[in-house]
Amino acid sequence: MTNTHKDFSQVGLKDEEEDFIDILEDRRHSSDLSFAFRTFSPQPYKVAPPCSTAELNRVVLESQFLRYVTKEVAVEMDLSVEEVQEEARGILGEMSQNLQLGFIRLMAYTFNKVFKRLYSSIFVNMEGLNRLHQATQENPVILMPNHRSYIDFLVISYIMFLYDIPIPVIAAGIPLAGMKIVGEILRRSGAFFIRRAIGSDKLYWAVLSEYVRTIVRKGFAPLEFFVEGFRSRTLKSVSPKLGMMHMVLEPFFKGEVFDITLLPISISYDRVLEESLLAHELLGVPKPKESTMGLLKASRVLSENYGCMHVNFGRPLSVRQLCEGRINRCQYNLIPRDLPEKPTAEAQACVSWLAHLVVRNQEQGSQISPWSLMCGLLLQVPTRVLTEEGFPWHQLTEKTLWLRKLALDFGGRLNWPDGVPDSDVMSSTATLHRGIVQCKAGRVFLVQQDEPARTHPVRPEEGVMKTAAAALMLVSYRNQCLHVFVRPALLATAMHITKSTQRDELLAFFSFLQDVFSYEFIFIPGESLQDFEEACRLLKKCGAIHANQQEVAAAQGGMEVLSFLQELLKPFIHSYQLVFRYLCEAESDILTEKEFGLAVRGLATKLLLTAELHTYEALSSDLQKNVLSALRRLEALTKLSSSVSNKFKVNKAAVKRIADMLSGKIPPLNLQASPDARL
Amino acid sequence: MASSSCGGGSDRQMAAQHRLSIIAGHLQRPSGSNTAILAAECKAQASKPFVSSERRTVPRRRQEIMKWNGWGYSDSKFVYNKKGQAEFTGRRYKLSGMIIPGLKDWMENTFGATLQHKTTATPALNSSAVPPPTLNEAFMEELKSTGIPFSADAEDRVFRAHGHCLHEIFALREGKIGRVPDMVVWPNCHNDVVKIVELACKHNVCLIPYGGGTSVSSALECPPEESRSIVSLDTSQMNRILWIDEKNLTAHVEAGIIGQDLENLLNESGYCTGHEPDSMEFSSLGGWVATRASGMKKNIYGNIEDLVIHIKMVTPQGVIEKSCQGPRMSTGPDIHHFIMGSEGTLGVITEVTMKIRPVPEYQKYGSVVFPNFEQGVACLREVARQRCAPASIRLMDNEQFKFGHALKPQVSSIFTSFLDGLKKFYITKFKGFDPNRLCVATLLFEGDREKVLQHEKQVYDIAAKFGGLAAGEDNGQRGYMLTFVIAYLRDLGMDYYVIGESFETSVPWDRVLDICRNVKARIVYECKDKGVQFPPLSTCRVTQTYDAGACVYFYFAFNYRGLGDPVHVYEQVEHAAREEILANGGSLSHHHGVGKLRKEWMRETVSSVGMGMLQSVKDYVDPKNIFGSRNLL
Repeated sequence: MTNTHKDFSQVGLKDEEEDFIDILEDRRHSSDLSFAFRTFSPQPYKVAPPCSTAELNRVVLESQFLRYVTKEVAVEMDLSVEEVQEEARGILGEMSQNLQLGFIRLMAYTFNKVFKRLYSSIFVNMEGLNRLHQATQENPVILMPNHRSYIDFLVISYIMFLYDIPIPVIAAGIPLAGMKIVGEILRRSGAFFIRRAIGSDKLYWAVLSEYVRTIVRKGFAPLEFFVEGFRSRTLKSVSPKLGMMHMVLEPFFKGEVFDITLLPISISYDRVLEESLLAHELLGVPKPKESTMGLLKASRVLSENYGCMHVNFGRPLSVRQLCEGRINRCQYNLIPRDLPEKPTAEAQACVSWLAHLVVRNQEQGSQISPWSLMCGLLLQVPTRVLTEEGFPWHQLTEKTLWLRKLALDFGGRLNWPDGVPDSDVMSSTATLHRGIVQCKAGRVFLVQQDEPARTHPVRPEEGVMKTAAAALMLVSYRNQCLHVFVRPALLATAMHITKSTQRDELLAFFSFLQDVFSYEFIFIPGESLQDFEEACRLLKKCGAIHANQQEVAAAQGGMEVLSFLQELLKPFIHSYQLVFRYLCEAESDILTEKEFGLAVRGLATKLLLTAELHTYEALSSDLQKNVLSALRRLEALTKLSSSVSNKFKVNKAAVKRIADMLSGKIPPLNLQASPDARL
Repeated sequence: MASSSCGGGSDRQMAAQHRLSIIAGHLQRPSGSNTAILAAECKAQASKPFVSSERRTVPRRRQEIMKWNGWGYSDSKFVYNKKGQAEFTGRRYKLSGMIIPGLKDWMENTFGATLQHKTTATPALNSSAVPPPTLNEAFMEELKSTGIPFSADAEDRVFRAHGHCLHEIFALREGKIGRVPDMVVWPNCHNDVVKIVELACKHNVCLIPYGGGTSVSSALECPPEESRSIVSLDTSQMNRILWIDEKNLTAHVEAGIIGQDLENLLNESGYCTGHEPDSMEFSSLGGWVATRASGMKKNIYGNIEDLVIHIKMVTPQGVIEKSCQGPRMSTGPDIHHFIMGSEGTLGVITEVTMKIRPVPEYQKYGSVVFPNFEQGVACLREVARQRCAPASIRLMDNEQFKFGHALKPQVSSIFTSFLDGLKKFYITKFKGFDPNRLCVATLLFEGDREKVLQHEKQVYDIAAKFGGLAAGEDNGQRGYMLTFVIAYLRDLGMDYYVIGESFETSVPWDRVLDICRNVKARIVYECKDKGVQFPPLSTCRVTQTYDAGACVYFYFAFNYRGLGDPVHVYEQVEHAAREEILANGGSLSHHHGVGKLRKEWMRETVSSVGMGMLQSVKDYVDPKNIFGSRNLL
């Protein structure tokens, strides 16, 4: 069993590099209007006839499942069944998509205009599209792109329209529906809308899940959703959300469809539209509300160039094949399949595993830009150097080329243009990102944000924040390539901290690091050993270590690689230690999330000023959240369910123990990691 | 003939004269060798048979009328004639002697099976290929003294070493013979069986009861690891109706009688059992009881468990039977249910009292075309909900509809073919049915004329609600006729590299569509996966309706050209299909039984405790495993 899925997860390896085609190329030579009116003739789904929006909604409302839930809710809320039914109808009205080809044409027309202006190229792998084309005829298809930018939304539909593949219906957040006109356009382009905080609203859950399941059962259109749940603010994969994933997979578990095809899609950007917005969000500046006016105001961003976009359609994953031996479908034999039931532990574990596998596939399919490698290197230079004296350009070039080789050795997909001198690639990359770095006199500088002239002198804390925005942008772009290095980096770190060469000890520490950073990097649950072996294999391959059945030791001449990898993880380790320190030293062991965020940011700022801390990543709200999630999972923290303001209770001794293990003071004894059960 | 001497006693019967003439005819036939002694014996011990069995179909030497390596009668088979047209030979069936023009194209289009690619089966059984028998001399000596006929002839033994699973027939065609029984014994009545079982226990001989030989669960296969002498106990000569009780409408029948003889004999007295499994031409009453058989017309008459009033079975511990014929009893778990479905592991069923009914006054076939399978299933479900199912209602999917079409015999008149064309036009063009989606239900109504017509209207009205169009009696009747000839078709397929089989399940209503789709898709998927070069035929039909579910039949066949071990591939696919059935909430078997083919799934089917219960019954009844077929458990 352990090997079977490897075939699926190793999609992104070099030997099967596929050809990408620039789909904007043709668009530049033809009229947008005639493109919008092109004949659209997708191959129909073979298993079932097409299904109209009205029919879909009717089937959902009349479903036995909803009838059960309606009755339950009526009793619980002391309402009549009719009232509850009416509410369900209302929820469905707010939610449901209303896909119309006319609006897809409108969307295609608009996107043509916008894309041609924003991007120099949109690269798509044709083989992936062909596979998708085939898959949509045979089984219900779930399109699962990663989510890095608002652009992700609808770009898939645009490509489907271009290549005669059925237009997907897309799960979207409800704020989008609230946008005047745009909301309706999205709805008619196939978007359906999900509320953000559903909490324990039973009826809402029921309508949503039945709606999703019905779409999958009917199979008339692919279903697109972001398994990461929301846009990654750090350009790093987000731990997958399992609720939607479970809804999607349930029709297979219950035998209502023969198979489901999951299609991981990796969208990679040279430059992300909302880069600075994201950095500020991470620093605690609230995200602007989605509104049509906001969108129009943002049109300023449309005047800039954002380089290339890569859309890599991954290999279709057969849920049936992947679930072989993981799910016993007979478990549904003895109760009506439409009875509302909590998913079994087995089903939950399977859903979680699949969701992680998809995210891993997305990572492996993403294209790494030269800029991402450069950021990785620049972040290993002290920030003061970057802001004040600058880093020598030639040295950066040299290091980047070295790192390019390492990334290729580790199986990363690099988006490094062929047939262009490396120096040109480097300089054009720097030009594209001139908002973050600038080259002056052969040296690279970090661009500090221009703020409006102030009357009072800049306080030191404000200075920190100024640098922080740029630093966090570097961090985000570095994150685009982290997945290639993270496993070897964990091993390098384990070797460094434990100072051991014993394979068992290293594996134990490696697994411990995976537990601590389980929300920071995506690891497939239960595959620690495989990850460890992969790390050994890769480090051995580039000559950094010697490894056999008992021992793993640094090789002569492996120091460059090992120390680069250790440095890569240091910001995380230091930031986590900082949070641990704060939690242990805090006066109370009961904290709200808000207090916690402010306090950690304050402490980090203070330590940055005194040069006790060197990484700006500790300021990131995303990282702070990840620490809390990890601690909760390791049972060093409990959420107090009674409170509204996200209060939690800290087990200081446990946190201390984890901190000590992380610094190597005590060996990592098996931590009690509770299974991931957030549905 | 064995029972001719006790035959003519029932002169009260209307048909007595007629039968006497038949008896006379039969008396002139050459008869078996030592029947005279036996007849005398049995006559002495048994009550006078009420209806004689002089017209029995199955002789002791089955090879006289039946194929040794295929289905059914030697004279009936599909062949391609000189013009390359398919033809059905013989004179036994309605289809016999007819040309079937569409079959060749259907074979080509469905399987890619062409006339150029023909396989040759071993023409005749080579006795030297049969392993020599392991005989238990002491047992044989004592058996001889009882006068019960037996044989260790190679042909007799091979005939009783198999059922009709694909791998069994395929091996015979290749001339491969595995472990076969060492001896065949033909008891003539219950007491003969008692003697045989006593001797078997005394001499530790393994007994495998044999009825009609139509098993499709590997139940008749001799366990290869069995080192004792294996004796096949052939019940075919225990084939008399011992009495008919017209007051209670029951008949007491010896268990070796085969279905068609039972019906024909009862018909002569104006009765029927109404139990018509598709195999009824050859399968036996005892076999039905031992496997929990189901008949096509169970909606009126019930399945075997509903029909049986009393059973007599000979076990190593003695004879088991109930003391009365009360129609229902509350006396602990029904001991009949230890017997029904015991698949020859506990003993030999010798006599059965079963319900009979007057032969129905009127019978009418019918058929309905639906735009798609989903609508068809919805209609059947509604019919079941209203509990108004006709004697039989069966829904074929689109592939089977096409198959049924390909089996239409040559039309004699231009007018009929014109009518056919018109019907097709009406359905596909005027009504807008997609010829690649539509499906057809066949119906059979029975009863008195007025009620049948009323019933018919009710069913057609329901069908209309689901878009069903009445499609005539002919289509219906042909559908049922085909159930009897379809088994012959497999032999034709095997002549041209096509192997296949059917298997069945029962499933709750809400899962019928899902199981049909998933199992068919699984078969296609597995074939591809296992390297089958041609797309397989993967089709199904719903053959029975119940209050809470339905019985579904799957047909699966493929062209095996280019495969090294086609039977192994076939078995892998069938195995996967069964896994799929179970995963979709289907049962391990609706009526074929478990045998050895499906016993790996028994534990998960009935739970460990359930297995323990069955095992403890086996351990008590047959501690020495005399009935050592190793079926079921």
